[in-house]
Amino acid sequence: MADPILTLEGLTKNYGSVVITRALRGIDLVVERGEFAALTGPSGSGKSTLLNLIGLLDQPTAGRLVMAGTDTGTLDPNGLARFRGQTIGFVFQFHHLLPAFTAVENVMLPGFAQTGSMGAELRQTAERLLDDVGLADKRNSPPAQLSGGQQQRVAIARALALSPALVLADEPTGNLDQESGEQVLRLLRRLNQERGITCIIVTHDDRLAAQCDRTIHLVDGLVDYDRRNSPPGLTPQ
Amino acid sequence: MKFEWFVALRFLREGRTQTALILTGVAVGVATIVFLSALINGLQESIISRTLGNQAHIVVRPLEDIPRTVGLDSIDGADARIIRPPQRIRSVRQWQQVAAIIAATPGVIAVAPTVNGPAFALRGNGTKAVAIRGLDPEGYSAIVDLKARLVDGTLTINGFQAVIGVELAQALGVTIGDKLRLLVGSGTTAIYTVVGTIDIGNKDLNERWVLVPLRAAQTLFGLDGGVSTIEVKVDRIFEAEPIAKVIGQQTGLLSESWMSSNSQLLVGLRSQSASSNMIQTFVILAVALGIASVLAVTVVQKSKEIGIMMAYGTTRAKILRIFLFQGGLVGLLGSVAGVLLGIGLGAFFASLVKNPDGTATFPVELRLGLYLRASATATITALLAAYLPARRASRLDPAVTIRNG
Repeated sequence: MADPILTLEGLTKNYGSVVITRALRGIDLVVERGEFAALTGPSGSGKSTLLNLIGLLDQPTAGRLVMAGTDTGTLDPNGLARFRGQTIGFVFQFHHLLPAFTAVENVMLPGFAQTGSMGAELRQTAERLLDDVGLADKRNSPPAQLSGGQQQRVAIARALALSPALVLADEPTGNLDQESGEQVLRLLRRLNQERGITCIIVTHDDRLAAQCDRTIHLVDGLVDYDRRNSPPGLTPQ
Repeated sequence: MKFEWFVALRFLREGRTQTALILTGVAVGVATIVFLSALINGLQESIISRTLGNQAHIVVRPLEDIPRTVGLDSIDGADARIIRPPQRIRSVRQWQQVAAIIAATPGVIAVAPTVNGPAFALRGNGTKAVAIRGLDPEGYSAIVDLKARLVDGTLTINGFQAVIGVELAQALGVTIGDKLRLLVGSGTTAIYTVVGTIDIGNKDLNERWVLVPLRAAQTLFGLDGGVSTIEVKVDRIFEAEPIAKVIGQQTGLLSESWMSSNSQLLVGLRSQSASSNMIQTFVILAVALGIASVLAVTVVQKSKEIGIMMAYGTTRAKILRIFLFQGGLVGLLGSVAGVLLGIGLGAFFASLVKNPDGTATFPVELRLGLYLRASATATITALLAAYLPARRASRLDPAVTIRNG
């Protein structure tokens, strides 16, 4: 455990200038490569804020965030955008697919945006990813013609388009029925095991959290507890 | 294809209704500009060519006679009055040299000496006041195209031959070959044979013009070898006024351009142009507002999608360009459609309102330069109009837009 993908040191986030809301009050956290962790906590505990900071979508008020060996505080906005695209894959509660593009195009877009050209290689990669999430036959369907679970799987394929080291999933099953939710979670787990991708999943579903290797629980902007979960089937009595 | 173009095109295709709306807006705007400009330009050119169809661009004359006043101020308390002498027909001194100087002035393309003066035309009991124009019709055609205005007979006049206006011929009941007596103020008379009739396009002039050879007019008005005016044509008609000033300075003579003798007309033309420009400005403004508001709505509708594109590493500059491209593309395509619409409208309008002789009452001047100007204006306007919404899109906070999904 000597190669952390993510190191947070005293991460603090305040909102507002007159009335200051202290969303995060100093988070220290280390996530190793290949972990499959759940980030839990009640509403307003700061888990969305933390996810935005880890996702480099927002800047911390204080503290340091080192990702894959890079101190993200040293990057300019364009550098940050590129680094984010190459390092992190996002899966949101709502799939956020672009309705004007087919499934395979949605998966290609991150690569297209980064490289500026849409070559055959990009398409092959996207098609392989869609095969991998079990949607080989839906490549050319627009998002509107896919079920919720299928849309979320396309979104996962898109998150993997640039081979990120870290996947951030914000309530990835929150908008799905139980079976689709299970399927999505199994998919994430498989990607974690097969490709060694680190996953951080924000959820308030305890059953889902229990299926992760580690649960980081936030309360009032601080880590309340951070524990290893027993492997499934070995739940203590 | 570049990423920005790919996304911009898809967004335009996705929002078909909005795209169609702004395309229509741009097209109607450009069509209005093209049609209005073509109509106004055509009208103005027609008016100017009609005005300049019977007058020279610049007329150079001798200075007027003025009384010499001596020590008026010194006549203390006396009731002094200056009596202006009546103007007489005088010759331009050394007109050959003067004509050469004028011909050498930059911008001048033709020079013609003429002798002009009033006279009566008599035939039987009929008497008409006429204006004698002593000139060489061949040479003068370089100034005013008389050939195109010949109704009957010939323009070649020698000795005692004359070409007269059609209304005058009608009033005096003369036709080609008939004779006519001309009487000038000094009592000199001469009999001329009518060899041609012309229609100058102006009833007043058609009633009064009598063209006679230069030499004959010199004899009638007692200007042995002299000319009363030198008429000038310039290559660019709106340069006539400055050229007239130069000629005046160089020759010391009265030099008047068509622009100063038709100042009313010029004011009219200028206000017409001004109102046309005003309308065009407001049309462009309306088009710009239309594009800006539709794109602004699109940005709001697509804020989630913009957020997700930013999340997977699309730079803000690329987001900006996606929306600029949309504006520019709509401007360009709308311009093409608008130009075609404008041409169609112009042609339709020209065919709708016709003179009895089949020519268009409203001449519509359709030119490539106009299309390019209108298209460029619309495209640049569209880009500028797209800039604000595009900037707004590029400044969206992905964390906020995604969370509000």
